[in-house]
Amino acid sequence: MEGFRNQTVRWAIGVIAALALPILNPNPYHLDVLTNALLYALLALGLNLIVGLAGLLHLGYAAFFAIGAYTYGLLNLHWHWPFWIGMIPAAIVAGLSGVCLGVPALRVRGDYLAIVTLGFGEIVRIAFTNLEQWTGGPNGLLGIAHPKIWIPGRGLIDFGVASMPYYYLVCITTAAVAVVCVRLSRSRIGRAWVAIREDELAASCMGVPVLQLKLLAQGCGGAIAGLAGAIFASKQGTVTPDSFDFILSVMVLAMVVLGGLGSIRGAILGALLLGSLPELLRWFEQYRMLLFGLTMIVMMRLRPQGLFGRSSQGLAPDRAHAGSA
Amino acid sequence: MPALLEVERLTRRFGGVVALDDVTLSVEQGETVGLIGPNGAGKTTLFNCVTGVLRPDDGEVRFGRGPMESLTGLAPHDIAQCGITRTFQNVRLFSGMSVLENVLVGTYIRTHAGLISSMLPSAEARREERWAQDRAMGLLELVGLAGRSHEMAGALPFGLQRRLEIARALSSDPALLLLDEPAAGLNAAEKQALLQLIEQLKGQGLTTFLIEHDMRVVMPISDRVVVLDYGKKIAEGPPKLVQENPRVIEAYLGTSTTVNREP
Repeated sequence: MEGFRNQTVRWAIGVIAALALPILNPNPYHLDVLTNALLYALLALGLNLIVGLAGLLHLGYAAFFAIGAYTYGLLNLHWHWPFWIGMIPAAIVAGLSGVCLGVPALRVRGDYLAIVTLGFGEIVRIAFTNLEQWTGGPNGLLGIAHPKIWIPGRGLIDFGVASMPYYYLVCITTAAVAVVCVRLSRSRIGRAWVAIREDELAASCMGVPVLQLKLLAQGCGGAIAGLAGAIFASKQGTVTPDSFDFILSVMVLAMVVLGGLGSIRGAILGALLLGSLPELLRWFEQYRMLLFGLTMIVMMRLRPQGLFGRSSQGLAPDRAHAGSA
Repeated sequence: MPALLEVERLTRRFGGVVALDDVTLSVEQGETVGLIGPNGAGKTTLFNCVTGVLRPDDGEVRFGRGPMESLTGLAPHDIAQCGITRTFQNVRLFSGMSVLENVLVGTYIRTHAGLISSMLPSAEARREERWAQDRAMGLLELVGLAGRSHEMAGALPFGLQRRLEIARALSSDPALLLLDEPAAGLNAAEKQALLQLIEQLKGQGLTTFLIEHDMRVVMPISDRVVVLDYGKKIAEGPPKLVQENPRVIEAYLGTSTTVNREP
């Protein structure tokens, strides 16, 4: 109980700090960097369910992000769906595409699954590039509506291109999804996912329906990326296929691995670090990607389980130094 | 006593090797049955066929309290749902999970919270979770691991890993427990403790089917012993009689035909 209360306090401090930040530092550039990093965090949370908990190596995660962005974009352009409603089908369609991909793809494991998902990511991006009559081809979708919010006394306010409202939108969404992920990871479903990651055969002999739960992980992870996609589309006002390349999938994977597979605070911290590091290192100019790579290598050398990962051979993290005899 | 598990004319081949050859046996309710035989006799293959890990080429496995249902063709998780759980010859714990979490995974089939009630606050899910935690802690108590519930399973000493695996298999409240060489790799004291644990489970009415090499383990606890050799059942009966059966001695020690041939 003590630990639980400590954790609640820590979360509360984090949330208050996050909410107060734009008031303390209204620099739009900083806010924009942070918003992007938080959007990465949202993606990392979703991918963490698939790779971190269920242990399915997924290299085409950007595809779900793209599907969410295009779903909201098309619904908005053709039928004028507002963002708040459009984000729901965006999440659902991306989630369903995760399940649909899973049906054939989950017949293979490990490296082979990575190749199939990599292919999926590329196919989706290339499909959006070439289905010109629907997606606008390489030019993408233009003129997607920004979110609007009704504030008493001031009427309907368009988010426009300001930084602050998007910061709050992404911050609140990411926090809400993080809470859901924490709950999920401590539930029977979360435990069953980890069991599958640890030993699939033993899990199935204990009664865990492996295929069903893998599909569920893909669906949940896909839905979170779809939600992030809808936010991204509404923020940018345009979506083009080249926003969803392989590098994005790898970036999000790197965030999850850096934070520690399966760790939710790890996924968030990994995303905040890797999402803002290229910007923070900007004054190193052309050396910044070199430093970025170096950071990753040092990290893997010194702490391969990630910032918050637990290593399977050691004790639980809270006792790591207590009982080594 | 009515039969709980019936294995009928089970055959399984791996390429040219016949790992199980027309094996028929049954386990009755409340019984402790030992399955012995030399290395490669097909003991683990039989367990794998019963638990759905392997599909038999021929024959049938039936199981049930009361009406018997065919298990052939069911997936391992469906068979666990029916009430058969197992341990593994080479311990297969979820080593990156805590001791408690390992046991909790076994309660998956006895709990029902869906995706939505796992994500959002739900009184039903919380009640269920408390039940699962209590059950898991009770079982850890039984196997003597309650004090180490938060340690990582992979960090436990081997003997305790074997006990944890038994607790995990028991957490779904199975009707039949399959133990694949539970004493392998244990020292004498640990073997003794294991014997006591199995006795205790037997006292609670659990039906156990175990593979074991160590005769000092299998003989005292088994009501009945089945012997496999080269995939065939060569003997079956009470431990005492089986031990004296010449075919069993031959399978274990080889024949003595070359001795005393020449004066």
